[in-house]
Amino acid sequence: MNATVASEYSAERHSVPIEHRFNPYSDNGGTVLGIAGEDFAVLAGDTRQVVGYSINTRYEPRVFDVGDNIVMTANGFDADGAALIDRFRNSLKWYKFDHNGKRLSILSAARYIQHLLYGKRFFPYYVSTLIAGLDDEGRGAVYSYDPVGSYEREQCRAGGAAASLIMPFLDNQVNFKNQYVPGSDGKKKKELRYLSLEEVIQLVRDAFTSATERHIYVGDGLEILIVTKEGVRTEYFPLKRD
Amino acid sequence: MEALVQRLAPPPAHVDPDEYDLGADGEGNLNALGVVRGMQVPRVPDPAAFLSTYTNSMSQNPQAKIKLEHGTTTLAFRFRGGIIVSVDSRATAGSYIASGTVKKVIEINKYLLGTMAGGAADCQYWETYLGMRCRMHELRNKERISVAAASKLLANIVYEYKGQGLSMGTMICGWDKTGPAIFYVDSEGTRLKGDVFAVGSGATFAYGVLDQGYSWDLSDEDAQELGRRAIVAAGHRDAYSGNTNNLFHVREDGWEFLGNKDISELWYKYEQEKRDARVAAAAQPGSGEGAQGENPARPTTEVQSVPMEE
Repeated sequence: MNATVASEYSAERHSVPIEHRFNPYSDNGGTVLGIAGEDFAVLAGDTRQVVGYSINTRYEPRVFDVGDNIVMTANGFDADGAALIDRFRNSLKWYKFDHNGKRLSILSAARYIQHLLYGKRFFPYYVSTLIAGLDDEGRGAVYSYDPVGSYEREQCRAGGAAASLIMPFLDNQVNFKNQYVPGSDGKKKKELRYLSLEEVIQLVRDAFTSATERHIYVGDGLEILIVTKEGVRTEYFPLKRD
Repeated sequence: MEALVQRLAPPPAHVDPDEYDLGADGEGNLNALGVVRGMQVPRVPDPAAFLSTYTNSMSQNPQAKIKLEHGTTTLAFRFRGGIIVSVDSRATAGSYIASGTVKKVIEINKYLLGTMAGGAADCQYWETYLGMRCRMHELRNKERISVAAASKLLANIVYEYKGQGLSMGTMICGWDKTGPAIFYVDSEGTRLKGDVFAVGSGATFAYGVLDQGYSWDLSDEDAQELGRRAIVAAGHRDAYSGNTNNLFHVREDGWEFLGNKDISELWYKYEQEKRDARVAAAAQPGSGEGAQGENPARPTTEVQSVPMEE
């Protein structure tokens, strides 16, 4: 039998050449932000999804409660982000089946996500990943990742499109960078202290309203997931929709 | 019919994920035996070319979408009192400072340290994995692994991936039966034993300070100070290095962490010490040619809180 298949496509004429290069990535914009407090942690993200100059939707949640008091986001290319979070949720489910419902500590979750990301070292997930929760001592924890899984625990971290707009603000307002005791002639640094949940939420809202003003990929809505020992709670605040 | 099926079937994956799957039930990329399983590779004729199109992992494509963390100064040297390991803490993605708090010294175990230069994830992942392999060696042989063997394990692992885009330049430092040892291992497959190494974009600046002050017979304190000073110099002159310095000392009974210090603050401290020394030298009666000579009064006016020169 002859192996030829009839096809009209070969006869088609195109005004522009068809690009045959394998192009699996796109950028869906959006920005995320995680801050750890003394006994809580927050992970926030805007809800706008874009491709180029088009807004796909004004409400697509970016931050997820993945179980065991851990919240997670993978911002950048949404399909990769969704795939990564699905994979994590699935393995957490199997971890519970296999280990009699054992709780996964954030420390272990963090290391596991490194393996998920590094497993695609040669075909990376195009995302910046953040997780937040409480550590074994009950203190707030935020872990951040690069696209191929290098990770670090931090007090705060912004990721995604407006990361470079928000991060300096956080350095100043959370870690008190470049803040000195008034009257000390710039010699005595402002002492570090934990921020309260109310202060943190206000900071997050300020960060996102400002990012919305200056970045076209940020806006529409702000969703904040708050982790305390009581569980995960969500708060939503509208952002400018232009 | 077979020909038709063959034509329509997706091309075979470059690396079969199950090829090295000696036992299923592993976690992450490791199988049950703790051996690395085949990693997912894009189904294109040349995966390495694909990777360099989309990432800057081979430092060839600065326009790449996926910016991996890069840029560093790390150093290690051997001396009478053991090994000094000193590193900066800056990670850059393009011109953005992605982090200023990176741990570039990876604690493989109580006696072994690895440094991080190049791809942050590559170093972190494979050196943690090396830690596991070293533990396996201990359990199997009832004896700690030598630095030579540990570094060779790492060199052999990364050599398997040569040409595929891994990027790491690392120093494996530790104390074994033969005493203190440093091995430089990189993703090209190089593995060198030596006394003094500096790796990363700021390495040349670090070597400048290191070679000037290095001697085998350095006291512990002087050696630690030299390690600090070299990283400060690199942090000052290399834009891709900076933020803070992490200092370690490896002795016979394992490594010791000697603290994290702000490079900027250290720089101003060193500058102040230089000025004080000059003033002191000038004030010394009968210091004839006067250490810094022509105008001994000048330096005193320079003593101010935050000089913003350079």
